[in-house]
Amino acid sequence: MNLSKILKNVFLVIVASLVLTACATQKKIGQTQGDVYTGKDSVEYLASGVKDRVFFATNETVLTTASRETLRKQASWMRKNSKITIVLEGHADERGTREYNLALGERRANSAKDYLMTYGISSDRISVLSYGKERPVDSGSSPLAWSKNRRSVSVKAN
Amino acid sequence: MLFRYLLILLILSPLKAFALIEVDITRGNLNPLPVAVSPLSIDEKSKSNFEKILKKKDLGSEISAVVENNLRQSGLFNPLNKNAFLQKPDIANLKPRFEDWNLIKAQALITGKVTFVDEKLRVEFRLWDVLAGKEMMALAFTTVPSNWRRVGHIITDKVYERLTGENGYFDTRIIYVSEEGSKTNRIKKLAIMDQDGFNNKFLTLGNELVLTPRFSPTNQMVTYLSYFRNLPRVYLLDIETGMQEVVGDFPGMTFAPRFSPDGKKIIMSFAQDGNSDIYTMDLENRIVERITNHPSIDTSPSYSPNGKYITFNSDRSGYQQIYVMNSSGKNVKRISFGNGLYGTPVWSPRGDLIAFTKLHKGKFYIGVMRTDGTGERLLTENFYQEAPSWSPNGRVLIFYRETKTNSKGEGFSAKLWSIDLTGYNEKMVGTETDASDPSWSSLLTN
Repeated sequence: MNLSKILKNVFLVIVASLVLTACATQKKIGQTQGDVYTGKDSVEYLASGVKDRVFFATNETVLTTASRETLRKQASWMRKNSKITIVLEGHADERGTREYNLALGERRANSAKDYLMTYGISSDRISVLSYGKERPVDSGSSPLAWSKNRRSVSVKAN
Repeated sequence: MLFRYLLILLILSPLKAFALIEVDITRGNLNPLPVAVSPLSIDEKSKSNFEKILKKKDLGSEISAVVENNLRQSGLFNPLNKNAFLQKPDIANLKPRFEDWNLIKAQALITGKVTFVDEKLRVEFRLWDVLAGKEMMALAFTTVPSNWRRVGHIITDKVYERLTGENGYFDTRIIYVSEEGSKTNRIKKLAIMDQDGFNNKFLTLGNELVLTPRFSPTNQMVTYLSYFRNLPRVYLLDIETGMQEVVGDFPGMTFAPRFSPDGKKIIMSFAQDGNSDIYTMDLENRIVERITNHPSIDTSPSYSPNGKYITFNSDRSGYQQIYVMNSSGKNVKRISFGNGLYGTPVWSPRGDLIAFTKLHKGKFYIGVMRTDGTGERLLTENFYQEAPSWSPNGRVLIFYRETKTNSKGEGFSAKLWSIDLTGYNEKMVGTETDASDPSWSSLLTN
């Protein structure tokens, strides 16, 4: 087998697995599921395999299964690096009033904070900062852009 | 007298027609009253003195231009073209030839005189009823020359009050947030300007994010949210001295501040552990009181003008809705029951209405309802708009509007807009930069 054939097979496997996941989760449309962002466009990494952010549905502060998995990885990374402190920056999309969004961002960041704490991270290593809708990552006015902006981002503070 | 009633009728009739319609965004025209604003007369000596001090060639014409612009912007008056005026300003101010003014269809006439007296600016003006051939009002002011625009605003207020029977709103200022830069990294500064967009000044440098400035009813103080040192807190700023301080000593974010009607308290939200409740702080004795205690988000509080009630928005029903309670926090009642989400309630200075932002089926509306939630009336619909603030006489709302970006995320802008309570006279309020979060001052005179 030459290289191109190998690549082709790998490609087929990937396509097959994508089709399978698509079947398994019917509501998944493009890069969102429900209206929670599931893509990787704006995601950064705190360490190898440790995503820095989780996403929320419109007007929601509930953590999805994927968000909980991301936060568990963050917690495990923080346990291994016991000197690290973080700021959880909570954000909302532009489709809400400014003041309500400030409260919503605060609630989203706290929902991530609570989860990290249940995985053994002390509250004095986590501070919370809400930006409401003031700091979008995507300047678009589309449902996809809004889904990227509804987020809580863990930022290393030291 | 008949003339006065005629004008009141003109103002009230569209309101009546409008009240029957639930969603009406038509921009009707209510035949604004034709008025002639004669340039204020000025003698040669005063003229050259003012030209030296203010670099204005003809201060009389400049002041009358301020009045004319105010009247036009109100939507209730139609200032007539000066080229049609037959009588010279100085003679008209002594004794108008009413036939001449009648000929050009003017129903009201404003005349006046500007003089330079003891280094000061003296302005007298008269308002005439052209049809009745009578003087309706005569007033004179003396002030420092640099105040000349304010003189124009005060004249407009007097004319407006005399002709409509309501207080004016022209000698006022707007505090707002000036915005620059890309949508993902906006630079925001506090800025203040006269109600007509002149005398714009920046109050902060843009080093930290600032939001939601609100005027005190006493006009010297402003409360706003600043992210100074990444600690979002409510601040108090004296716009005369530039002195500022944090309001209270809260261990977390405080936001959504407003003054009580007597200017003695700040009401705001405090967020802790994912929950936002409403608090007040007395500015004299620094006593902090908790007003709401509920696991939902309670924010955007606003006092009734008598200080007895507070309106706010809360998601305790599951979604953002408007509530009213006693100022002690007791007797909480939901008042918004229409389709959609409701936020940013602001009590009218007249006490009878609450203005709000509504989100329904992807559109944002500015609307008003009675304080028990009945009589909802939507004034304007757009892609995004929010945060209405009342003119001090409760006739006009100013708010901000944001544009939808294109597929590349370009083309974002934020601007101030105003609309009459009637739903008419919707227009952009010009600002040097992009702008949001406007707050209207009370009348500077009084």
